[in-house]
Amino acid sequence: MKLVIAIIKPFKLDEVREALSGLGVQGMTVTEVKGFGRQKGQTEIYRGAEYSTNMVPKIKVEVATTDDLAGRVVEVIQQSANTGAIGDGKIFVLDVAQAVRIRTGETDDVAL
Amino acid sequence: MKLLNKLTTGFGALAVTALIAAPAWAQTLIENPTVEQQATMVNKGDTTWMLVSSALVLMMSVPALALFYGGLVRTKNMLSVLMQVLMIVSIAALVWVGWGYSMAFTSGGDNHFFGGFSKAFLSGVSASTYAATFSNNVYIPEYTFVVFQMTFACITPALIVGAFAERVKFWPLMLFMVLWMTIVYFPMAHMVWYWAGPDFLKGAPTDSGLIWGWGGLDFAGGTVVHINAGIAGLAGCLVLGKRTGFKKEPMPPHSLTMTMIGASLLWVGWFGFNAGSNLESNGVTAVAFINTFVATAAAAVAWAVIEQIVHGKPSLLGAASGAVAGLVAITPAAGFAAPVTSILLGFAVSIICFFFVTTVKNKLGYDDSLDVFGVHCIGGIVGAIGTGIVADPALGGQGWFDYTVFPAVAGEYDMAGQVITQLKAVALTLVLSGGVSAILFFLIDKTIGLRPSVEVELEGLDIAEHGERAYNY
Repeated sequence: MKLVIAIIKPFKLDEVREALSGLGVQGMTVTEVKGFGRQKGQTEIYRGAEYSTNMVPKIKVEVATTDDLAGRVVEVIQQSANTGAIGDGKIFVLDVAQAVRIRTGETDDVAL
Repeated sequence: MKLLNKLTTGFGALAVTALIAAPAWAQTLIENPTVEQQATMVNKGDTTWMLVSSALVLMMSVPALALFYGGLVRTKNMLSVLMQVLMIVSIAALVWVGWGYSMAFTSGGDNHFFGGFSKAFLSGVSASTYAATFSNNVYIPEYTFVVFQMTFACITPALIVGAFAERVKFWPLMLFMVLWMTIVYFPMAHMVWYWAGPDFLKGAPTDSGLIWGWGGLDFAGGTVVHINAGIAGLAGCLVLGKRTGFKKEPMPPHSLTMTMIGASLLWVGWFGFNAGSNLESNGVTAVAFINTFVATAAAAVAWAVIEQIVHGKPSLLGAASGAVAGLVAITPAAGFAAPVTSILLGFAVSIICFFFVTTVKNKLGYDDSLDVFGVHCIGGIVGAIGTGIVADPALGGQGWFDYTVFPAVAGEYDMAGQVITQLKAVALTLVLSGGVSAILFFLIDKTIGLRPSVEVELEGLDIAEHGERAYNY
């Protein structure tokens, strides 16, 4: 099993979700996050007080998948979250040791 | 003549036009009317308007000013600002009844700086005593006048807190406010607004406050309210020092939505403040009303345009700041200017205040957290001096009325002389309020302490000083 973590632009969330549903992905976890990479933050000006915010708001999507599907999940996220501009985000893939569905106690691939 | 008969008010505004235009009435006017005669000179329309205006001005402090300021601070200090404003308004109302009204609006005899204590705790004021207006033989119930002026005494000290928001202890601040009102506000109100009244001045031509006697024009409180509070704020922010982390960490406003609600309610409430300051409901009231509307609109537009030019984007905070600056500038001129000159005054004040809150503040490096000095003091000075210009009848202004004759007649307008008088009034306000405030802040800071510890400041005043937080998600 793999855990795919994608940091994407907030307005791309719906497209990513739809694309993943199309693949048959059953669930995901979404968090509002802030961070920085190569994308420059904006400058905010409040009555002459200038603040440059270097933390840019992003969405973190986490999807646990079977090993077979992981490659397609990464591919679909990469395509659907892409705008071609700096700041589109990153995708990380991690190995998952165990998964449990709390309601039934099922484990691993069946639990995803 | 009993003192209460001489009870007065005065913004130097001029609402006797109707009487002048109808000389037949003049024969029936009564000089030095008795209280019984004054009782027949009260108009239900005037009384209604003044009570409505009083409620509007209260709305300017709570919630308008509280939200305007509150939105501009960080989340951790939101409640401290709301609490400071709410408590200052409440304490000021008590002090006003206690000795404020008496100090401001009774005769000081040969002392033209402040009044006496004969009406302390509203002694002698009843439902059948009356206060003068700006027209011969027109009166309003004295309680109406007491409550209208009370709302001014409530909002003025509350304006000050923006200058040192996010770094002041609650109770020492309340102590400062009681002392400041007593030593600065009530004397200022007396000097600018106290006079014997249109039916009594002829018999007592020197019975007025110092600045009123000079011929200073201040319709609704450019000197008494805005310059007064603005310079006191600057004194406070200098004595208290900068916020911890000032210029090192970002301190953006936590909710400009609140600030917008506050600024908009200020605009609405300000109609009571300015148009109510005519003390009657007549043509000059409408003059003050429309001037308050259009000067504010002009200043909001001007600030947005300046930001577009300087920063490339017009900000909401900028437009709201412009609106408030416009309101401040039109305050002393409201019943004297014409709509077109009010618009020009609105444009001018935004340009000048923008320069102060951006360039001057950054250059000098003082931490006037919410720009009380830059908007209220500077805007008030622009308005006070501008009043000397826009009041000129040659520019469509209302001029001034000579109340030393009975009935009052229009005075000859000397623009240069009036501007000089306005400058004197501004200078006196800056020296008195700036000086006394600095001393008071210094003494309180050195004795019981005015500034919380760095840990408290970092944690936020809401939790540390009040034991609660504004938002529990």
